[in-house]
Amino acid sequence: MAEKQRKAVALISGGLDSMLAARVVMDQGVHVEGINFFTGFCVEGHTHAIRRRDRARPKRNNALWVAEQLGIRLHIVDIVEEYKQVLLHPRHGYGQNLNPCLDCKTFMVRKAYEWMREHGFDFIITGEVLGQRPMSQRRDTFPVVARESGVGDLLLRPLSAKLLPPTRPEREGWVDRERLYGFHGRTRKPQMALAARYGFRDYAQPAGGCCFLTDEQYAAKLADLWSARGRRDYDLDDILLLKVGRHLRPRPHLKLIVAREEGENRFLEGYRRRYTHLRTVSHPGPLVLVDGEADDDDLELAARIAARFSKGRAAPEVEVEAVPLGGEPRRLRVRPLPASEVRPEWYVERRGAGLLRRAAAG
Amino acid sequence: MARAVLDARNLLCPLPVIRTQDRIARMAPGDVLEVRATDPGALNDIPAWCRVSGHRVLEAREEGREVVVVIEVGDGAGG
Ligand code: SF4
Repeated sequence: MAEKQRKAVALISGGLDSMLAARVVMDQGVHVEGINFFTGFCVEGHTHAIRRRDRARPKRNNALWVAEQLGIRLHIVDIVEEYKQVLLHPRHGYGQNLNPCLDCKTFMVRKAYEWMREHGFDFIITGEVLGQRPMSQRRDTFPVVARESGVGDLLLRPLSAKLLPPTRPEREGWVDRERLYGFHGRTRKPQMALAARYGFRDYAQPAGGCCFLTDEQYAAKLADLWSARGRRDYDLDDILLLKVGRHLRPRPHLKLIVAREEGENRFLEGYRRRYTHLRTVSHPGPLVLVDGEADDDDLELAARIAARFSKGRAAPEVEVEAVPLGGEPRRLRVRPLPASEVRPEWYVERRGAGLLRRAAAG
Repeated sequence: MARAVLDARNLLCPLPVIRTQDRIARMAPGDVLEVRATDPGALNDIPAWCRVSGHRVLEAREEGREVVVVIEVGDGAGG
């Protein structure tokens, strides 16, 4: 170990791998601080906060929890705006859904590299494991991340280091390569064994990836949004709303967001001033937001759907209050739409692959 | 010693934490920041962030539908 204490910044996703990677390097006397990026698509936080049924689980920010377990500082960086370019124009395309993993990793490493230089740190750590993810964690893509982010050989992947060419931190003796690991492939066993050795329990194990873009239903909703608007764009509210409620598109220009329970109702209420919305008044029912310009006929259909999802679904008639954007509230008396007329293809999240591919190509 | 209030209402986690962090980076040790949020997660997340960052939580409570966290900025400010 060199006499000067070296400093590393670790990308902390909140999952086990990045937690272990940071810990392995801390063990070698390196000062480690964490950095975590908020893209707007991160799985944790939002949905848990919104949906009451998730409240049973302890609600926590996994990245912060990891930092606390490790006893390191954590810097959370808002990259929502800049991330748009990554998602909308990925140089290396998408993974299985709308996840631009390779561009995403490169972008995050580049941001971490900027942070590293600004704060006088020496190198960067990630929890990447060779062969673990089909797109971004391959022998041929690892160098792409290092090269395109500009970080070069200051990027250390402690969990797979022994299988990779020595990086500068290893060559200079800032860390001892012998005490790094050679994990590879999709198995999680070595990570779990290492976690047990460190006494880590109760860590998060995201299955598909770290964000909603790997989720097929979520990606379908995003693709639908782009195709309905005729352009690929979004803002933070768009992507938050895609995480909430049932999304039904009964007509090409008309999408309804129907709250599924009280937490979602409350969340959607925050958007009442910006969307045409409906709510049943004769019976308890969910708040329904309308995305798109709705004429009288559309409103009538929306009201019948709102009634369908209300407690009055079996009643002959339900009274619904509709509040058009910028217009006066009005009352409609409608017959709830029979279940048989709610077409399965209205459910945007079930629309799947074809739409996705077209959106990705757009 | 300055005292400031940060309105983080109607933001979902982790945004209240990010806003708190960015605000504290511009404050001095000993200053006090009162954060108001509506996401119930802020009640755990902001104190957790304070613990890893070396700031002292003077108060963390719910007030109706709001979460209030009062923080005394520690020596590690500016990062
Ligand atoms: S899963 Fe999401 S956050 Fe993770 S690398 Fe892929 S695009 Fe980025």
